[in-house]
Amino acid sequence: MLDQRFENGGVIITKLEDLINWARLSSMFPMTFGIACCAIEFMSTGTSVYDMDRFGMAPRATPRQSDVMIVAGTVTFKMADRIKRLYEQMAEPRYVISMGSCSNCGGPYWQHGYHVVKGVDRIVPVDIYVPGCPPRPEALIGGFLKLQEKIRNERLTGPTAIEKLNQKEHAVI
Amino acid sequence: MLSFDELVEFVRGHSRNGEPTRDESSTPKAVRISTADLVNVCQNLHQNERTYFDMLSCITALDNGPEPNTMEMIYNLYSIPYNHHLTIKVSLSRANPEIPTVTHIWKTADWHEREAFDMFGINFIGHPDLRRILMPADWQGFPLRKDYKQQEYYRNIKLDY
Amino acid sequence: MPTTVQYKYHPSNLSQSEPNKLKAENLRSEEMIINLGPQHPSTHGVLRLEVLMDGEIIREVVPHIGYLHRCFEKHAENLPYNQVIPFVDRLDYVAAMNCEHIYAIGVERMLGIADQIPKRVEYIRVLMAELNRIASHFIAIGTYGMDIGAFTPFFWLMKDREHIMRLLEWASGSRLLYNYMWIGGLFYDLPVGFEERCKEFLVYIKPKLKELEEILITNKIFIQRTAGVGVLPLDLAINCGVTGPVLRGSGLRFDLRKVDAYSVYPELDFEVPIGEGKMGKVGDCWDRTWVRMEEIHQSVKLVGQCLERLTSDHKRTKDFDPQALVPKKIRPKAQDFYVRGESAKGELGFFFRADGKSDIPFRCKCRSCSFVNLSVLPEISRGILIADLIAIIGTIDVVMGEVDR
Repeated sequence: MLDQRFENGGVIITKLEDLINWARLSSMFPMTFGIACCAIEFMSTGTSVYDMDRFGMAPRATPRQSDVMIVAGTVTFKMADRIKRLYEQMAEPRYVISMGSCSNCGGPYWQHGYHVVKGVDRIVPVDIYVPGCPPRPEALIGGFLKLQEKIRNERLTGPTAIEKLNQKEHAVI
Repeated sequence: MLSFDELVEFVRGHSRNGEPTRDESSTPKAVRISTADLVNVCQNLHQNERTYFDMLSCITALDNGPEPNTMEMIYNLYSIPYNHHLTIKVSLSRANPEIPTVTHIWKTADWHEREAFDMFGINFIGHPDLRRILMPADWQGFPLRKDYKQQEYYRNIKLDY
Repeated sequence: MPTTVQYKYHPSNLSQSEPNKLKAENLRSEEMIINLGPQHPSTHGVLRLEVLMDGEIIREVVPHIGYLHRCFEKHAENLPYNQVIPFVDRLDYVAAMNCEHIYAIGVERMLGIADQIPKRVEYIRVLMAELNRIASHFIAIGTYGMDIGAFTPFFWLMKDREHIMRLLEWASGSRLLYNYMWIGGLFYDLPVGFEERCKEFLVYIKPKLKELEEILITNKIFIQRTAGVGVLPLDLAINCGVTGPVLRGSGLRFDLRKVDAYSVYPELDFEVPIGEGKMGKVGDCWDRTWVRMEEIHQSVKLVGQCLERLTSDHKRTKDFDPQALVPKKIRPKAQDFYVRGESAKGELGFFFRADGKSDIPFRCKCRSCSFVNLSVLPEISRGILIADLIAIIGTIDVVMGEVDR
């Protein structure tokens, strides 16, 4: 569709906001940040069968090159300040997908898990929650599509994460 | 291959402080010895050609709670060439749990003992590097003790659900 | 305009939760400390290594673990025996069936019902455990290839692993963490048609394994990268309590499936491969990888035999109920019990103390194989290059869920 339009005149009229959002959402680089069981499903999502690459996602090994952090697994108190630090190393605009029950709310460890943070949203702001223990690769891809939807509707004037951070001062360590 | 009776006899021959007692309800069968004998007995079980317990399968620390006011250390030994098992049990006082280390006999005891220190606060005398292993260094309390009360906040993050 | 966020902490107190063991003021002038992990693609999870280096040469490695400590033992002491099984799954999450199998066997022996379990149930358990062992070794070899630069085998193996995941999902309803083996039985019988599909899978996987061997294991680059690297001598291995493929790579034919002969393993025919130092020295990284590769072949053989028995001697019958022996209330008499079995990584053991009064264990300690296997890492990585350290971590094949429990 796009190439035909180019042939017939070579002009596309769109809003700048939409164009930038489209470019951003079509090449999201998640950080390879596997913590626990969900990381195995994240690996499955990245490899041949589910092939995350078809959505323009290529995992990067460092937070400085990535747009979205997938917290795939149980967050412990020992890990908490590391996650915070990795999150701060990412460049804005940045997004967080919380994958699996453990990082959503503590999961099966909610009651007796003295060393498990009951939800990664107590440490960093979360955009998308993917339920499941562990979520299937399809569910993770679904989460990504939700995130793309979110980016599509975003306004250029401000990525929201920083405003949220300012509002929720108490959430910051 | 030695039978359990012969093993108990062997342990008895090497313990100087108090008589070892048999405990046949546990699997593999166990001997209960005193804390002061532990290193000597283990050393001999490891070195002697007849026993040759070259592998320390597992070290379990155990808290009996404030009522009996004791702790226990349980060592599961296994001999690869002879294929025999032995469990050694040691009781500790709960107020001041101290036990000599067996790290110099089996290297595998290193991390197991650090874990016991982390979870129960048992002090291993002579351990080369006794630090917390699983929990953060500034954690309060020993989580697997029966009367453990967890702290409310850790670095401004709430613990409870 | 977005304002700058004022963060309340300072770089100087960032690593407080686990301070370095080595102090900067004790170092010689040419030495430096490199921090590897906990977020690092080649540490297989959240392992953190503090490495003291002199140029490229490693002087000392200090592993820091506990970043995934999920309080397994606390859960086991607060929940009834049968409700612990999902947490047992989450120990070694790439070989969950193996962990369940050993746990279930242990509690059954404590209850004294181990010899009443129907043969069909045991064969299904072994079938599942071996399938999962293949999947676990696929991940081990695949990620190991990726660590040292071979990307293609990882994709191939993940694709083949997906077939196993589909099979296990069909039987248990879940892809990764199954809760399939219950104490005294199974969650459900095999689905109709499972045996045929599983046989098809075996036919499919055999040439794939040959391909894998050609592209990775006997590849010249791979051999040069791994042969003679990270040699683990046998006496050190035993003294450090190392088990599983790592111990067998050092040349000892020690497999609990043979030694303890639990479950139906004595009725099945398989061999225990050991490292022979074909490419370098006995106990190097290549040997350990090769042992895993050979174990996959043996597991394929075991799966085939199990399927054969399940379709001949122990056929599916209408009145067969895999849950028939599942006890309503699990209350073993007061005793201490140590059970061990061969998981995909080595000797997985559970120590129980039952007090005889409740259906909750008084104490349950998990002796995990990765935990013990990892403790050998500082011993064998002195005086080597930093690139070889990555090669060694991959062959030890740690799963952090099991290291930290």
